[in-house]
Amino acid sequence: MILTKEQQAILNGEKGETLAKVMKTLVMYGDAFEAEKLVPITSKYNHLVTSFGLKVMSPVYDLMQQLLDSGVMSEQKFSVDPRPIDKNVPANFLQNFVFNKFMYTKQSFYEDQLNKLGLMNEDAFTCTCYMDEVGNKPKKGDVLSWAESSAVVYANSVLGARCNRNSGIIDIMGSIVGFVPYFGLLTDEGRKATWVVKVNTTKKPEAQLLGSAIGMKVMEDVPFVKGLDKWIGTELNDEACAYLKDFGAATASNGAVGLYHIENLTPEAVESSEKLIAEGAKEYIIDDAELERVQKNYPVIWKNPEASPKLCFVGCPHLSLQQLKVWTENIEAELSKNNLKKVTIPTVLTAAPGVLREFEKTDYAKRLKATGVIISYICPLMYMNNPLCKKMPVITSSNKLRTYTSARYYTDGEILSIITGGKK
Amino acid sequence: MKVFKGRVVTPGEVTAEAVVTHEGFNTLASFQMALQFGDKEVKCGDQNNKELHGKPLIGKALCLPQTIGSTTGGLVLYCACAMEKNPACMLFSGHIDSLAAAGAVLADVWVEGVSMPVVDSLGDEFLNYVKDGMKITVKPDGVVEVQ
Repeated sequence: MILTKEQQAILNGEKGETLAKVMKTLVMYGDAFEAEKLVPITSKYNHLVTSFGLKVMSPVYDLMQQLLDSGVMSEQKFSVDPRPIDKNVPANFLQNFVFNKFMYTKQSFYEDQLNKLGLMNEDAFTCTCYMDEVGNKPKKGDVLSWAESSAVVYANSVLGARCNRNSGIIDIMGSIVGFVPYFGLLTDEGRKATWVVKVNTTKKPEAQLLGSAIGMKVMEDVPFVKGLDKWIGTELNDEACAYLKDFGAATASNGAVGLYHIENLTPEAVESSEKLIAEGAKEYIIDDAELERVQKNYPVIWKNPEASPKLCFVGCPHLSLQQLKVWTENIEAELSKNNLKKVTIPTVLTAAPGVLREFEKTDYAKRLKATGVIISYICPLMYMNNPLCKKMPVITSSNKLRTYTSARYYTDGEILSIITGGKK
Repeated sequence: MKVFKGRVVTPGEVTAEAVVTHEGFNTLASFQMALQFGDKEVKCGDQNNKELHGKPLIGKALCLPQTIGSTTGGLVLYCACAMEKNPACMLFSGHIDSLAAAGAVLADVWVEGVSMPVVDSLGDEFLNYVKDGMKITVKPDGVVEVQ
């Protein structure tokens, strides 16, 4: 890798040993991908994936402390993934004990570190930092040092920013030196599609299922998706963006997709169309049967697969304001149809603190509360990340949550029916 | 014995027993429960990976195509190394992915006294040949002996 004089000086230790180690990390990381240079980060804000003060992650906090003690700081402020605990979310005595006395004992210590390292504000805890209500929305062409798989794939695909699937810790190290290695999704070549996916379904495909199918097929490659504009349109409005958010999160968690192009919809596909498709690209055709096959293959790891659900999470990644409103309307309508006033299963809808604040200003908030649904800023994945939840039959329409926990996946429609007293 | 030659991502020399996956290795899903709740064998917790689910990972030669999933992947590997609960080495048939590379580099630069050699680009033939339980020796120059 060819470094500038300034970068070489940092690597040589002229600005201290810790900063030299940070630079060495980035250079070795870039070398693994034959990166020829480091390029400047141009986004206003960074986004970090590590938001949880898990006792077991103490090597991470030790490393962060080394950075703080050395005065090695980023000039960029950042948002970070959601908090792992919220007292509004139902938890029994044992769960609360495990959360507060065993698992997340480092939470306040780590949040203090985050504040010192440059957290945007106390509400900047969400995986959907790019929502207008949160304010960390990069511009097209911005170079980022973000982590969080669902945010990276959204920033690349829907916003047209440029970011590799950076790991936690690498995210803040890039931001500290102000540069990231130039490879992969930062390059024009790396943004070309090596898969053409043809959506031949007879109805609008479930975002989380379609993303899952594509992620498992293409792994870390870039897919160019044809035929989806028929179902979600050619305009990046609230509804399409929410769909792509959920679709992308599934591609990134069930596979390792960092960028997708949707024909006639996402910015680079609109600009360059099929010129984005690399020579020799492979083809994957998705029809109703393929989506059914994918869903049927999800393992159910509940102790009793026939158990009645005890909790439902919707919103991984966090819901948009528009999605919260749509869920409110749909839940009300289904309850009314079934002559019920409240949901029959404890249900939590999760969204960014900033989005929840705006939601609370609307009349939808009262209406949703009346149905018994709880809203929260929590990370459902972190809530379920313990053996106690393994014994608990939790349902979700999030493919990401299904992937990492024992939560059982149902489509949005199935979830709606289950929580409002209908049958699957 | 069959010998393969790959590219060294982080150097080292080790001999260990193989555990093999032909699917993407989801680092967070595989390690999260074992690291958090003190599983000494560090059994793979990824329910979606039928080849590895429930198998011990600590001290093994992990043979894989690439890692997938959450971008916590690199820091999870880093933590596994810092806690000395890591695989003995990671051997990739194809080019390493960004999350595994981050984990390998973070461990190499920031963790003292722990070595987890990582070699990539060993080829599809490597992954087709190697089976669970085979003895693997990794040399510092990226040579991998399988027997």
